[in-house]
Amino acid sequence: MGTVIQCRDLRKTYDGRVEAVRGLSLAIETGECFGLLGPNGAGKTTTIEILEGLLEPTGGQVSILGHTWQENARELREWLGISLQETRLSEKLTVRETIELFASFYREPRCSGDVLEQMQLSEKGDTWVGKLSGGQRQRLAVATALVGNPKILFLDEPTTGLDPQSRRQLWDIIRAFQQSGGTVLLTTHYMDEAERLCDRLAIVDYGKIIAEGTPADLIERLGGHHVVEFAVSGNSNGTALEVWRGLPGVESVRTDDGLVCLHVHEPHLTIPALLDAVDKQHEQLLHLTTRQASLEDVFVRLTGRHLREE
Amino acid sequence: MAVSEQPVHPAEVRKPDTPAPRNGRWSGYTHLLMARMKELQREPEVIFWVFVFPLLLALGLGIAFRNKPADVTSIVIVAGPGAEDALAMIRRSPQKDSIHADVLDQAKALQGFRLGKYDLAVEPDGRGGFRYHYDPSRQESVLSRAEVDDALQIAAGRKDPLPTSGVSSSEPGSRYIDFLIPGLLGMNIMNAAMWGIGFALVEMRQRKLLKRFVATPMRRSDFLLALTSSRLVLMLTEVGLLLGFGALIFQMRILGSLVSILLLGAVGAISFGGLGLLTASRAQKIESASGLINVVMMPMWVFSGVFFSYERFPALLQPFIKALPLTALNDALRATILQGASLGSQAGRLLILVLWGGISFLLALRLFRWT
Repeated sequence: MGTVIQCRDLRKTYDGRVEAVRGLSLAIETGECFGLLGPNGAGKTTTIEILEGLLEPTGGQVSILGHTWQENARELREWLGISLQETRLSEKLTVRETIELFASFYREPRCSGDVLEQMQLSEKGDTWVGKLSGGQRQRLAVATALVGNPKILFLDEPTTGLDPQSRRQLWDIIRAFQQSGGTVLLTTHYMDEAERLCDRLAIVDYGKIIAEGTPADLIERLGGHHVVEFAVSGNSNGTALEVWRGLPGVESVRTDDGLVCLHVHEPHLTIPALLDAVDKQHEQLLHLTTRQASLEDVFVRLTGRHLREE
Repeated sequence: MAVSEQPVHPAEVRKPDTPAPRNGRWSGYTHLLMARMKELQREPEVIFWVFVFPLLLALGLGIAFRNKPADVTSIVIVAGPGAEDALAMIRRSPQKDSIHADVLDQAKALQGFRLGKYDLAVEPDGRGGFRYHYDPSRQESVLSRAEVDDALQIAAGRKDPLPTSGVSSSEPGSRYIDFLIPGLLGMNIMNAAMWGIGFALVEMRQRKLLKRFVATPMRRSDFLLALTSSRLVLMLTEVGLLLGFGALIFQMRILGSLVSILLLGAVGAISFGGLGLLTASRAQKIESASGLINVVMMPMWVFSGVFFSYERFPALLQPFIKALPLTALNDALRATILQGASLGSQAGRLLILVLWGGISFLLALRLFRWT
């Protein structure tokens, strides 16, 4: 197994002022689905476009399949399939004409009919692109990337703005590509997408990677698989937070929107102790839920912000 | 074989597909050209602006400025004592066929003169003489005054000391429509190239389609070539339509060879294509591109002799006007179409076109942004 995408100390400054990427390094292995997860404006698109050879980095090295963009752009283009964040393809061409146009740029493309079928677009083959739904357009965008028979697929926010069914369809397509041996690099700001789809991911914030690993690993490493959220009568001030932190099995404590959140390893030990503690304080429990920890929790712990906050 | 160039890579394990034919060198170009032609064909506005609009313009202007039979001048005589005399004198003068006279009361007569319906107003002065109302800045008004004065003087008994006579001759290809059609052709070639290449590129840049294309192995030169070729195909059709229209509706005589005319059109289209490319090299929004394109074309609409001869501009401006690409194209088209000039005799004008196109293209290569 080799590294197919590698970059070291990537930097990008726009107009000499805005630092979009500030020293980012990645190594992505063959056959992986790797995700860049982060809020809007974190530098994900800049990073992926530098890797795609569409943007010149201000500093740092990029190597794709052992080649650099300076030496071997033409060959690299044959091996990559790219879907940009938003491309409005020609509205007055049909779906099939669009696929065939993109196929014509590659030396050895896939058969357009096969790609249409795989993307479940066969019935729409003769429809103008302008008449497609959002989900169909997004599948077509991915189809234009797959028709070149790429080794690596780059997808920038592939499911943003899609309905749940279209998202799931696209996930299946990405998984099928990966199962046939391809490598995928995608950006997303959807936690569930990153958790379900990615083998490994890097959380990006302010142009830097702040955590990297498998989704399960990240959740585990950053404080327990379970989250206990509760509220008690009276106010949970600083001293109270210390009490909660001292409960058995608690990894970390934070307050979020009036609730106390405990990251715990073993809820069956923590919860009885919590109930006892509330009793001892002569307070009442107003609310109690437990749930699986998510990447959202990881992100909030790392940055103190929610992912979707503007 | 490409196989030997590619490093062996584990990611190549892929389940077998229907084998697709390998693409040759020109597959990208042909598909781009076909796609562009289909898009144009599916855009009804394009058909109208490129093909129908110039024909309507030619038809409208051709009719409005068609040569009036034997140059009849329209005059008005202010009603009152002496008006009937004036009318009678004009009717028995030798100029009676080239003067059309109406009699109206003073207000209506002067109003009609001011609006340009009449070239001249004749007002009896009540003592047997006449006063002319004419506009020295209107050529036809000045001519009309001379003509009517002659008519009245001769009718009143003037004897000219010198016997003179005139022979009228009308050169083929000297009518306004003959002047107009090559000019429209030139203007249309410019419009189509600037909008069809400049505007189309900015639109594709704004849609991020250019960026998507350069993310594939597509050759950038193929893309520009395909865009230019699609314009050339349209240009051929346009030239044929406009010249055919002129010949059919206005009995226009085309003296030059069709090959020369088409070659000139092609040089013009490519030259303006280069200018369009330069205009579109940076703009990110179609709004700013439209403004730029208009700024570039505006001086040529005015100066390059599309609707009227640029000889009317002061001599000081002439070298500047003749250096404009549309002037060169219009002059060369007129010389070829109307006088049957050979391409060789138009070398200077062709050089102007090639320089404009070539320099623009080279600048565009340095400035052009695909993303």
